[in-house]
Amino acid sequence: MNAQPPLPRDSEPAILVQDLTKRFGQFTAVDHVSFSVPSGQVFGWLGPNGAGKTTTIRMLLGLLKPTSGNAFVLGFNSATQTKAVHAHVGYMSQQFTLYNDLTAKQNIRFYAGVQGLSSEDLRRRIPEILHMAGLEGRENVLTGSLSGGWKQRLALGCAIVHHPRVVFLDEPTAGVDPISRRQFWELIYQMAKDGVTVLVTTHYMDEAELCQRVGFISGGLLVALDSVGQLKRTKMRGQVLEIGTSDPETAMRVLKAAQQNRRIPLDEVALYGAQIHAVVPDAQEYRAAVQQLLSDESIQVHSMEWIAPTLEDVFISSVKSPPGEN
Amino acid sequence: MGEFAISTKDLVKEFPIDHRAMRAVDRLSLQVAPGETYGLIGPDGAGKTTTTRVILGLLSRTGGESSVLGFDSMRDMYQVRERVGYIAQQFSLPPNLTVLENMRFFADLHSVSVDQQSARIPELLAFAGLSDFRGRLAGKLSGGMKKKLALACCLIHEPQVVMLDEPTLGVDPVSRREFWSLLGNLRAEKGLTIFVCTPYMDEAERCTRVGLIYEGRLIVDDSPAHIKATIPGHLLEFTPSVFAPALTLCTGIDGVLEVQTYGDKLHVFVDNVPLRQPQIEAALASQGISLDAPREIEVRMEEAFISLIRRRAQGPQQNSIPGPSSRTPGGVP
Repeated sequence: MNAQPPLPRDSEPAILVQDLTKRFGQFTAVDHVSFSVPSGQVFGWLGPNGAGKTTTIRMLLGLLKPTSGNAFVLGFNSATQTKAVHAHVGYMSQQFTLYNDLTAKQNIRFYAGVQGLSSEDLRRRIPEILHMAGLEGRENVLTGSLSGGWKQRLALGCAIVHHPRVVFLDEPTAGVDPISRRQFWELIYQMAKDGVTVLVTTHYMDEAELCQRVGFISGGLLVALDSVGQLKRTKMRGQVLEIGTSDPETAMRVLKAAQQNRRIPLDEVALYGAQIHAVVPDAQEYRAAVQQLLSDESIQVHSMEWIAPTLEDVFISSVKSPPGEN
Repeated sequence: MGEFAISTKDLVKEFPIDHRAMRAVDRLSLQVAPGETYGLIGPDGAGKTTTTRVILGLLSRTGGESSVLGFDSMRDMYQVRERVGYIAQQFSLPPNLTVLENMRFFADLHSVSVDQQSARIPELLAFAGLSDFRGRLAGKLSGGMKKKLALACCLIHEPQVVMLDEPTLGVDPVSRREFWSLLGNLRAEKGLTIFVCTPYMDEAERCTRVGLIYEGRLIVDDSPAHIKATIPGHLLEFTPSVFAPALTLCTGIDGVLEVQTYGDKLHVFVDNVPLRQPQIEAALASQGISLDAPREIEVRMEEAFISLIRRRAQGPQQNSIPGPSSRTPGGVP
């Protein structure tokens, strides 16, 4: 930990990715991707499986050499100054790489050892992390017997035991219940308020809505990069109609048929409980046609509302667009 | 209990732990009508998986009744098996068998005749969008395709009821939506009864009815729309300039019914938005706290879930969900 190069000023981006490309043989996993994340921001790095999310993170961590382009963390080049990068980053994966047969406290101690914390630092840090993770009184419980939410917070605690300035969280909340997930996001924002930069990947778009800025990657290409609100305004192709009917199952069959024979240009139609969500190019224009179609089949339409898209709607719309169209 | 696809009455399941009985399911009664998509939700460790496994007859019950399509989970176990498709939480498909071989394997397990197999397998592969992948090893499929194959396999014996335990864990949004769209098709086209355990509240919104289970008991059982309507007050969302003091302050303001945290935002339930919003802004301003973009938003299942669980866990007198440093309901082992 000694003799580190000096840290950059806060005005410089904490994460900087320039024209980054990674090829594996013929396959381009990450394709000329550029973005930056300012210090203290909570940034969502989103994409379908196999889109290049983890490959990007591995290049930022210096675990994988880029084919071309550059990745910088806190001004350090990830490919050539890997040690300096490692000293200042924390990483937590969805597997919560904790030792189940160690206690909570022993896990913290282990990770502190790996990071080379002095025993003095460690004495201060253990109670801080137990407090943060809400594990006071459970420090001697075997990690394997903790439930998902506790384990998740302990894994985060272990990932940040060395006070990293940038934290990478790779699907940190898979399979954790809503209350634990909210608490986890509270921790993320506590870190951000202390100036820590957080890059988080998640498959849950309700969670991605909590990020200050998000990037969508699809097929190795960056297809969107903006705040959630702005993406909802600019990236959604089509508008969502929420339709309440007397018989949602039949209405669904009718709309599916209309989608297949192209009577109405329906981008998507899906059951949401008692409602149906139908994505049309223009809600005002196609409202009457949808109404007519359903009444023709003697289905009563109770309600038809043009609703705001969720981030998931926007995400699916963006990753489905052919490259270049965005 | 005959007219229900799934029914339990005063269902109890206890596990012996350290010579004492730990009650995982506590006098739970629920009924699922044929054709419903029923979502069982609840915090980690609330008893969702145990309930599912008892209904299926995979675990013996301690007390009460449970049945599927009128067949008793324990006495008529084989009749239940013949009529139910099940995807367990940690399901695994033989990775060194191809997609087609997996389908045949599950068909054989369910004694589906060769004739029936040759009709159903292509149909199910088409339904799951796997027709072009029939020769691929299951181990080489993407996460989303594995889930779809599991669904196709569990439908091979033409069950009337499917029970799915967190079926979309770890799959990406595109695959998750495709999976739910398949479930929607099963509901619309085949009238299948679908019973699904999920920790994701956006999935709960896609169910016709939702049961909320907490410490082994069913505490709410209604449509998502009705559940959301039971949450008192209107929901204000804003970002305070300083988080922790704003949280504490809001909790004590008149007319504030509940405060939830949402990343760096606060979700404040109030009795009257036009009246309380200026009061909240003034109270925060007096402490030097400004707030950004306050707006009224609709309550989603997620806010409803947190509100209902919090009230259960802490009694009605406390107004905010605890910070990570307090005892949380997520900690049930």
